[in-house]
Amino acid sequence: MRRVVVTGIGVIAPGGVGREEFWNRIVDGKPAVRRITAFDPSPFRSQIAAEVDFDPAAHGLTPREVRRMDRFTQLAVACADEALADSGLDLGAADPERAGVSLGSAVGATITLEEEYVVASDRGRDWAVDHRHLKPFLYQALVPSSAAAELAVRFGVNGPAAVVSTGCTSGIDAIGRAYRLIQDGEADMMIAGASDAPISPITVACFDAIRATSPSNDEPETASRPFDAGRKGFVLGEGAAVLVVEELEHARRRGARVYCEVTGYAARANGFHMTGLRPDGFELGEAIGRALEEAALNPQDIGYISAHGSGTKQNDRHETAAYKRSLGDHAHRVPISSIKSVIGHSLGAIGSIEMAACAMVLQRGVVPPTANLTVPDPDCDLDYTPLVAREVTAGHALSAGSGFGGFQSAMIFSALGADR
Amino acid sequence: MSDRRAVITGIGVVAPTGIGVVEHWAGSLSGRGRIGPVTSFDATGAPIRLAGEVTGFDEHEFVDSKLLVQTDRWTWFALAATRLALADAALDPAREDPFDLSVVTAGASGGNAFGQREIQALWSKGPRAVSAYQSIGWFYAASSGQLSIKHQLKGACGVLVADAAGAIDALAEASRLVRRGTEVVVTGGTEAPLSPYALACQAAEATVSRETDPDRAYRPFAPDAGGYVPGEGGAILIVEDRHSALGRCAPTVYAEIAGTASTHDAHHVTDPAPGHRQYARAMREAIARAGLGPDDIGVVFADGAGDPVRDAQEVAALREVFGGRPVPVTVPKTMTGRLCSGGAALDLAWAALSLTGGVIPPTVNTVAPRGMDLVTEPRAVAGLSAALVVARGSGGFNSAAVLTAV
Repeated sequence: MRRVVVTGIGVIAPGGVGREEFWNRIVDGKPAVRRITAFDPSPFRSQIAAEVDFDPAAHGLTPREVRRMDRFTQLAVACADEALADSGLDLGAADPERAGVSLGSAVGATITLEEEYVVASDRGRDWAVDHRHLKPFLYQALVPSSAAAELAVRFGVNGPAAVVSTGCTSGIDAIGRAYRLIQDGEADMMIAGASDAPISPITVACFDAIRATSPSNDEPETASRPFDAGRKGFVLGEGAAVLVVEELEHARRRGARVYCEVTGYAARANGFHMTGLRPDGFELGEAIGRALEEAALNPQDIGYISAHGSGTKQNDRHETAAYKRSLGDHAHRVPISSIKSVIGHSLGAIGSIEMAACAMVLQRGVVPPTANLTVPDPDCDLDYTPLVAREVTAGHALSAGSGFGGFQSAMIFSALGADR
Repeated sequence: MSDRRAVITGIGVVAPTGIGVVEHWAGSLSGRGRIGPVTSFDATGAPIRLAGEVTGFDEHEFVDSKLLVQTDRWTWFALAATRLALADAALDPAREDPFDLSVVTAGASGGNAFGQREIQALWSKGPRAVSAYQSIGWFYAASSGQLSIKHQLKGACGVLVADAAGAIDALAEASRLVRRGTEVVVTGGTEAPLSPYALACQAAEATVSRETDPDRAYRPFAPDAGGYVPGEGGAILIVEDRHSALGRCAPTVYAEIAGTASTHDAHHVTDPAPGHRQYARAMREAIARAGLGPDDIGVVFADGAGDPVRDAQEVAALREVFGGRPVPVTVPKTMTGRLCSGGAALDLAWAALSLTGGVIPPTVNTVAPRGMDLVTEPRAVAGLSAALVVARGSGGFNSAAVLTAV
């Protein structure tokens, strides 16, 4: 079996633009949540979000590119630039036909689609929109694969390219797709990650409508509190992470620095409800169990878990049950944390951001904390690493994700020399 | 694991050519073009006034009323096509282990009418007017999610977006899952990109047809080709392991998924690449992965962009792959318009039906370029054993699949 490793990381997250700033932010456990500045949030129930302060020009995007690309594409491009630079890969020396793109996104170009519609419909007055008021490149907003195309074009890679859009597990599933394509010999290297920029009136309104997001508008910094008894829902975020994943020998031949190996991946669906989760965590437990099996690991080998930890009551209990179900007693011993407490929930992007965090945890021996976890929910009785980062030498890190549609995904990264 | 081979055992169609395999196939062989004026709203001032609409579709027949309000038309098509495909395969998911069943669909335009309606509600009436179902109705995973819940498909589920090429990538993923041990995968794609806003978005594409005569609007390979006409609908395919399908005496084993490949032009996000190199490579790799040579391919279901530059690229790619051999080429989507990501799913259905029926469905309203054997009337072919299905997506995506007779 061909082995697949991570050799480059790029991250743009709230409060942490760039890989190192991101890492410092999550290790400090300092929440990057504030009152929404992207638009006037006062008509909404939830008026807070984890926003990214992103200057596309500072990341080398031309005015032309900024006009052409929705924000989620801009974030993806900037992250991919960082990841490629980090990997030290000379694309000119690589075979472009053996390199591809796998980019996750849950909601694609929602900001552009909403903004343009509002103009063309005279602020929602007309059903038959006036197309003369629309900007060019709107088809690229409608169909989000344009973002994968932007990456393929930018880096001149001719291998398989696609967007993976499985809602909030997109970020894990996009890396999972890259992993499978390399394992199966369809590519030697993939630009893999996810991006979402969902902070727009319609997205805020749709989560308001199901009361999924936190209404703690007066205390934005403490609003995202996964596993805490005082939590009131998740906090919407935005961001992106892109990894360079490569076949192991391909990486070795060029003397690449290897962060970790992708050793296990599995996805399961709960077949239960588009948004609801059963408290037993059965399907997420199945996904974790299958990922462990693929990685040929026992539960006690897992040294860190990056939780989905969205901060909704049903998720946190569902997830706690899934860890107990799949890891047995070890669920009580392994450090677990949710970086959503710091950077919010960026829908499809967060899965890749959390995988980036896992790779850095393995490399740096530090587990970022769950911020705002001051009074644990008695039903969430695992070690969720409250408030303070911890030094932990982990050989294997597990990340779990759960999303609308009933999808559950699990992925395991392993340090290259770790026992298996 | 390596001896597992993926086959197509069920087809469900919801398309302008008909609902269900029988009606669709008869409609396709009739050669009747289904492109006509947009009827779903008053499109008088719209930039696109022609489309291939699905007619005679009663969503109440396929979707219960509780689910209807939670879902967009593209998901209704997916639910209908899946029910039809499962029936066609004589497969009852309730009798299987749910973790052995998966769904991988292609998506591209999402629940655009649903989204348009809710954004309209938000901006004209305020946040409280937004439906509780907006969060699950419009996004690209809506159909896979609903299918998973409806039929208890609890294995690895997926949604791939590569514009019009995505359904071939979804088929490749379905095939991969089956090779790796999943018993049954529901795959394919459906689309409903004919809401006023989705049409306006498509009008931003340079390649959309401005023609008003339905019979002249979408004419791939014609010297005066003026672009494409959008359509709605698509197909769902049931994919399973060959051995299991034969073991359970599946009523029809339409075809084996013998080889797939995807490439990207990596040239420009809107403009066509200067050559056909990557498109031809996708075709060659799919044929090679099938363990075949170009001479084994009995028919090509071409992309048929309907735009002179892209059409010329396709002609050149086919010439490069097949040499001087005039392989039969067909573009039956000339009857339906281009269905976004549903189009390649429908092409796969057409190819599978051709392999079982020994008849190639026709291309209508256009003329063959010099040197191409374009099938313009239904053509019976003895011993048709392999079909190449190709698709290109806006932005430079190229995908190819080889289906072989079982």
